[in-house]
Amino acid sequence: MKFLEIARKDLLAEFRTKQMLNSMVIFALLVIVIFSFAFGNEATIFVPNLNKKIVDLLAPGMLWISFTFAGMLGLSRSFAGEKEEGCLEGLKLCPAERSEIYNGKVLSNAVLMFLMEMATLPIFIVLFSYEIKNILGLIVVVFLGTFGFIFVGTLLSALTVNTRTREILLPVILFPVLIPVILSAVSATGIMLSNGNFSDVAGELQILVVYDLIFFVVAQMVFEYTIED
Amino acid sequence: MQTNAMLNMLKKIIYAITAVLILISVYLVLFIAPIPIDPGAAAGDPGNFKIFYFHLPIAISAYLSFFIVFISSILYLRSKKQKWDMLSLSAAEVGVVFAFLTLVSGSIWGRSAWNAYWVSWDVRLNTSLILFLIYLSYLMIRQAVEEPEKRARLSAVFGIIGFISVPISFLSVRFYSKMHPCVVPPCPSGGGGGIGGEVLYYLLVNFLAYFLLAASLMMLRMDNENLKEKANELKRKNNL
Repeated sequence: MKFLEIARKDLLAEFRTKQMLNSMVIFALLVIVIFSFAFGNEATIFVPNLNKKIVDLLAPGMLWISFTFAGMLGLSRSFAGEKEEGCLEGLKLCPAERSEIYNGKVLSNAVLMFLMEMATLPIFIVLFSYEIKNILGLIVVVFLGTFGFIFVGTLLSALTVNTRTREILLPVILFPVLIPVILSAVSATGIMLSNGNFSDVAGELQILVVYDLIFFVVAQMVFEYTIED
Repeated sequence: MQTNAMLNMLKKIIYAITAVLILISVYLVLFIAPIPIDPGAAAGDPGNFKIFYFHLPIAISAYLSFFIVFISSILYLRSKKQKWDMLSLSAAEVGVVFAFLTLVSGSIWGRSAWNAYWVSWDVRLNTSLILFLIYLSYLMIRQAVEEPEKRARLSAVFGIIGFISVPISFLSVRFYSKMHPCVVPPCPSGGGGGIGGEVLYYLLVNFLAYFLLAASLMMLRMDNENLKEKANELKRKNNL
């Protein structure tokens, strides 16, 4: 259970300054605001043969673009902070398995992501006068999708922190690997937003769960290689 | 020394066979082989469907190369032997080129068969694109790290993750409509086994030719990497 301590340390340091969280939330809001400028006028148009408004078609994509882009900011700093002042060396000296460091980082990153998402959703609803039909379903989908994002993202963040161009490299290598999560999450979110049930998104949920499980297990095995010297 | 010379000889023989086979296969496809799949009501010239003879073997060679990256990445992390890292690098580079050729030949064929270069929600098209992108980023990781040991270690980790995400991508895009035909059995949705008789023989020649081409390119790339090592060592020795 040492990972709880590591997560606590990260969150404590974060909430002292709230630097990361503030920039993540503000960035996500900016993305939503830009979308509302770009699509605002057309969003309320009703498309008869789909029986949907245009905003219904765009909403899942807009939400996940803002979530993933803002989450990327947090991920790229997640290990960069440890690199300064040799903190990573200190962490490695902890009498704990290397995978505990990973699990702790996953937890602290996930908390930050969820806080950012909780701030973004209301703003989205306000800016687009949107009504979410199945809120519980949406929470489940966002939860699974966020964990998929965090499991891979934390591992690749540890990987890129050792490279020369870390901030630039992380999104480039992370997004191709994330495609299954983003595809399934966007598709499931769309169905949940327009009053779908869990049975309508069974396939997508399966993919999300399988992806989460596989990458969680693989990350436990390979994480130690990303931070060893 | 004896075995080394024999190995070099063997490599040269393989290169020669590859060159001859590629020429033969191009000749066979362009002048002798029949049109492999019934074009139906396709928009373009039915002769365009012959690109299938290149398209399928190149695609399968790309998959095989990426599988080699996966295996040699695992072996590298276990043994930390440099040769496995070299093999991953060579296989990834060859695989990226082959994956790109798959996309290009598929797009050309798609323009003729579906009247569109790209069908954005098709299963196979997207998985091929994801595959290409993942291994492009693999090569970017290699570029971004200077120290050889660290580069080998980090890229091996990504080689494993990248390969795992491919079958999941394949599953995830299955939910969307399909346009790409399924020709290599098993085909759960039917339509498989469109190949038989004469076409199969021509296809097998092409398979052999492109597998050998991929293998030869990998061997050349590894020799290249070995020579680079030697040159660096000489430089170090002479303080250059």
